Amino acid sequence: MQMSAEQISNLHRLAPEIVLCAFGVVIMVLDPFVSAARQRVLAWLAFAGTLVALAGVYVAAHDSGAAYSGLIHADSFSLFVHVVVIGAAGLAVLGSINYLDTEGLQRGEYYALVLFATAGMGILAGANELVTAFIGLEMSSISTYILAGFRRRASQSNEASLKYFILGSFATAFFLYGIAIVYGVTGSTRIDAIQAAFSAGGRLPGLAILGLGLIFVGLGFKVVVAPFQIYAPDVYEGAPTPVTALLASAPKAATFALMLRIFYVSFGTASHLWFWAVWVSAVLTMFIGNLAALVQSNVKRMLAYSSIAHAGYILVAFIASTDLGIAAVLFYLAAYALMKVGAFLVISHLGQQGEKRLDIRDYAGLGMRQPVLAACFSLFLLSLLGLPATGGFLGKFFAFQAALDSRVVWLVVIAAINSIIGAYYYLRVIIAMYFWEPSKDYTPTTVAPALGAALFAAALGTLYLGIFPARVLSLAKTAADSLLMR
Amino acid sequence: MLSVLAILLLRSSDHAWIRRIALAASVAEFLISLLLLRGFDSAASNFQLEEFHEWIGRGIHYHIGIDGISLFLVLLTTFLTPLAILCSWQSIQQNVKGFFISLLVIETAMIGVFVSLDLFLFFVFWELTLIPMYFIIGIWGHEHRIYAAIKFILYTMFGSILMLVAILWLYNLTGSFDLPAILRNSDWLAALSPRTEMLLFGAFFLAFAIKVPLFPLHTWLPDAHTEAPTAGSVILAGVMLKLGTYGMLRFCVPLFPHAALRAAPYIGVLAIIGIVYGALVATVQHDLKRLVAYTSVSHLGFVVLGIFAFNAISIQGAIYQMLNHGVSTGALFLAVGMLYDRRHTHEIKEFGGLATPMPVLMSFFMFIALSSLALPPLNGFIGEFLILIGTFAAHHTWASWAASGAVLSAIYLLWAYQRVAFGEVTVEKNRSLPDATAREKIILATLALAILFMGIASPLFTRRMTVATENVLRPFNQMQNAARPAPAPPAKKQIGHLATILPGWQVRP
Repeated sequence: MQMSAEQISNLHRLAPEIVLCAFGVVIMVLDPFVSAARQRVLAWLAFAGTLVALAGVYVAAHDSGAAYSGLIHADSFSLFVHVVVIGAAGLAVLGSINYLDTEGLQRGEYYALVLFATAGMGILAGANELVTAFIGLEMSSISTYILAGFRRRASQSNEASLKYFILGSFATAFFLYGIAIVYGVTGSTRIDAIQAAFSAGGRLPGLAILGLGLIFVGLGFKVVVAPFQIYAPDVYEGAPTPVTALLASAPKAATFALMLRIFYVSFGTASHLWFWAVWVSAVLTMFIGNLAALVQSNVKRMLAYSSIAHAGYILVAFIASTDLGIAAVLFYLAAYALMKVGAFLVISHLGQQGEKRLDIRDYAGLGMRQPVLAACFSLFLLSLLGLPATGGFLGKFFAFQAALDSRVVWLVVIAAINSIIGAYYYLRVIIAMYFWEPSKDYTPTTVAPALGAALFAAALGTLYLGIFPARVLSLAKTAADSLLMR
Repeated sequence: MLSVLAILLLRSSDHAWIRRIALAASVAEFLISLLLLRGFDSAASNFQLEEFHEWIGRGIHYHIGIDGISLFLVLLTTFLTPLAILCSWQSIQQNVKGFFISLLVIETAMIGVFVSLDLFLFFVFWELTLIPMYFIIGIWGHEHRIYAAIKFILYTMFGSILMLVAILWLYNLTGSFDLPAILRNSDWLAALSPRTEMLLFGAFFLAFAIKVPLFPLHTWLPDAHTEAPTAGSVILAGVMLKLGTYGMLRFCVPLFPHAALRAAPYIGVLAIIGIVYGALVATVQHDLKRLVAYTSVSHLGFVVLGIFAFNAISIQGAIYQMLNHGVSTGALFLAVGMLYDRRHTHEIKEFGGLATPMPVLMSFFMFIALSSLALPPLNGFIGEFLILIGTFAAHHTWASWAASGAVLSAIYLLWAYQRVAFGEVTVEKNRSLPDATAREKIILATLALAILFMGIASPLFTRRMTVATENVLRPFNQMQNAARPAPAPPAKKQIGHLATILPGWQVRP
C-alpha cells in the first residue's frame, strides 16, 4: 500500500503520541510474560519510550503543520508543551522505579498508564478541535484516576482516586457541555473556525459566553485554579508521590496549553469577557493556595497547596493576552514542571516505606545527614519561592513582566505579596533541614541511581533555566508567535 | 573574583585548609580590588571599567562598572571579608566549609550589587546576598537564631519583591534595564505622572529603607545582629546595610528626582527620629551586642539624612560615613565578638574592670569606640561633620536635631565602655581572661590603622567621589535651573572639593 505524502506528514506530526501509545501497548502485552521479579525491565522500557517520544517531537518539528485535516496542530507551540509534558513524565518514571519496589507495587501497567496519560496530554496540547481535545482530556484523566489509586492497600490512595474520579468526571461533563453550546452558537468545533465565526458576527452572543464559562470550569478543574481546587490537596496527598509529581506538573502544562488555544485563539477578540473572571480566579487561587500552605505541617500536603498557588501565578501571565503572556506561561510551565517534579521526588524518597515520614519534623537535620539531597531539595524550594538564579524566579519575572506590559498592575502587586507569604512556608522546610537537630530514630536510605539521575536532571534544568534562560525563552517566544499567527 | 568559590568546593573535611584557602582568596580579592584604584580616573564623569555582555535578551544584559561611590564600597567589602574570615578562625567549629562558602558567596553577591549597572542584574545579586546570610544567622548564630533569621529574610524579601515590580514597571516605561541608558533618556520621566513616579519611588525606597534600616522598619536589625555570629554581624553591619543607602543614592534619587524631592522632608524626619531613637535605645541596652546594633540604626540615620539633604557636601559625607560606619561598627562587632569568645555572653554586667586583665584588647576597643562616636581626627568625625554642615546649609533644624545624636553617641558608647573596662573586676572569672592573641592583634591593628588613615587622609577618598556626587545631584540642579530662569549656582557646590577645606577647618556654613 502506498501512502500519500500527506499521510506520511500526518504520521510525522503525530509521532510522539504514536510512540507513547506503542510503547504503552507493548508494555501491557509483555506484562504477563515478565516474571514479577523482573518487572523493572518494563520500567526502563517506559523510560526508553519517553526518550523515543522526545525524538518523535524532533521528527514532528521537522515536518510541522496541521495533521488530519487540521484536527491536530504540530506547531512549535504544541511541540514546546510536548517536551515539557514528556520530560516530566520521563522524570516521574525514573523516580517511580525504586518507589514501587519499596512499596511492593512494581507492575508493568503502572508504566503503561503513565505513557497513555502522557499521550493524552500530548493530544491536548496539539488539539485544534474541541472534540479531539476532549478525547485527549479523557485519555489523560482516566489514566491518572487509576494511577492516583495505585497504592491500593492504602485508604488514602483509594480516597484520592475516587475523589479525583468523581469530581473529574463532573468537570469533564462541564467541559463537554461547554463544547456543545459553543458548537450550537458557531456551528463548528474547530478552534480557528470558532474565531472566524465570531469575527464575522461581531458581537458575542450570550450563549457563547455561557459556553466559554463552562469550558473554563472544566479546564480550571484540571489546572487546579480556584474555586475548583477543592479536590487537589487530598488527591495530591493520597496519590503515590511519584504520581503526584506527574499530576502536579504534566496535566497542568497540557491543559494550560489547551486553555491558551481556546481563550487566545477562539475567543481572542473577546478577551474583555474573560478578563475579570480570570482575574478573580487568579487572586483567589493565589491566596487560597498560599494561606492554606502556610498552616500545613505535612510537607507533601504543603507542596500540594503550593502547586495551587503556582497555578495562580501562571494565571497572572495568562491574563496578559499578548504574545509575551503566552511566552511567559510556557516558560513558567517548563520551570514549574522541573522544580515541582524534583521536589515531589525528593519527598517520595524521604517518605520511606508506606509514605510514613512526611511531617516537617521528619526533615529535621537532613542538611547534616544527607547534604546533597538536602541541597537539591533546597534548590527546588528556593526555585518555587522565586529566588534569583533559579528557573522559578525567571518564570515569575516574565509572568509579572507580561502582566505589567498589559497594565494589569494590581494583580501583579497581589502576586508579589503572595510570593512573600509563600516564602515563609518554603523557608520553614529549609529551616527544619538545616537548623533543627536531627531526630535520632531515623536511618537514612541511600538514593537509588535512577532517582538520583532524575533529581540531578531536574536540579540542573532548574539552574539552567535560571541562569541561561535565553534559549528556552526564545523557543517560548517562537511558540507564542506560532499560536497567534493563525 | 567569582572563581575562587570553585577551589573551596573541592575541599570537604580539612578545616585548616578551608580556612587558609578562604583567607587567601579573600585577601587576593582585596589586592585585586586595590587595582581598581589605579584604573579609576577621578575626573571622568561616567561609569568606568565597564563590562557589557549580552545575557538573556529582552533588554537584560550583564553590565557592570564602577563610579566614585561604588569603588569604595567594593573596597570596603573586600577589606572586611578577610577580617571576618580571620575572626571566625576558632569560633566556628561546626560545618566549617559551609560557613566559609557562605561568607565568600555573600562577598561575591555584595560586590555584584555594587558594580551592576543593569537593574535586573542588580536585583539578582541583591537577592543572592540574602540566602547565605540567612544560613549564617540560622546555623551558626546564638540562641534565638531561627527567629532572627526568618525575621531578617521575610522583612527584606517583602521590600525587594515590590522593588521587582517597580523595576518591571520601569522597564515598561523605558524599554531598558540598563541604568546608564535609562538615565540618559529623560523623556519617560517627563511623561510620568507625579503619582506614578511617587509609587515607583516608594517601591524602590521601601526596599532600601528596610535594608538600611530606616526608623520604623528597623526592628529586624537588633535581632539579626545580636543572634548572628561575629563574622555575620561584621558583614551585616559593615556592608549589607550599605546596600540600602547605596541603592538610594544609585537608584531612588537619580531615577525619580521629583518624587525624591517631595518625599525628602518626611524621610529627613524619619532619619532624625532614627538617629535620636537609635541612640536613646542604645543607651539603655544591657546587652553589648544589641547596643552596637542600635548604634547602626542611629548612624545609618545620619547617612540617610545626608543623602536626602540633596547637597554636595552632605552626600559626600553620607558616602564617607557609609565607609566609616563599615569600618568602625565592623570593628566594634569584632571586639565584642572577642569578648564573647572568652566569656560566651554579651551582658554588660558580666564584665567590668576588663582593662586590668586585658589592656591591649581594651585599648583597641577604646580606640574603636572613639572612632564610632566621631572623635576628631578619627574617621567617624569627618563623615558626621560633612553630613552636618551639608544638612545645615539645607535645613537648620534638621542639623541641630541630628547633632544631638552625635552627643548621645558619646554618652552611650563611653558609658558602656566604662562599665565594661573600668573599675574593679566585678566578676571573679574575668580576672584570668587572656589578652588579645596574635591573630586578634592583627585584626584590630589593621582596623585601627584603617580608622586612623581614613580620618587623616580623607581627601584621598573624597576627591574620587566628587564627580559621582555631582552626577547624583545633576537632575536637581537641572530642576532648579528650570524653575528659576537665572539661577545663581548654589554656593555650597563650590566647596564640594573637600581637599581645600578640611585640613584647615575653615568652613562657612
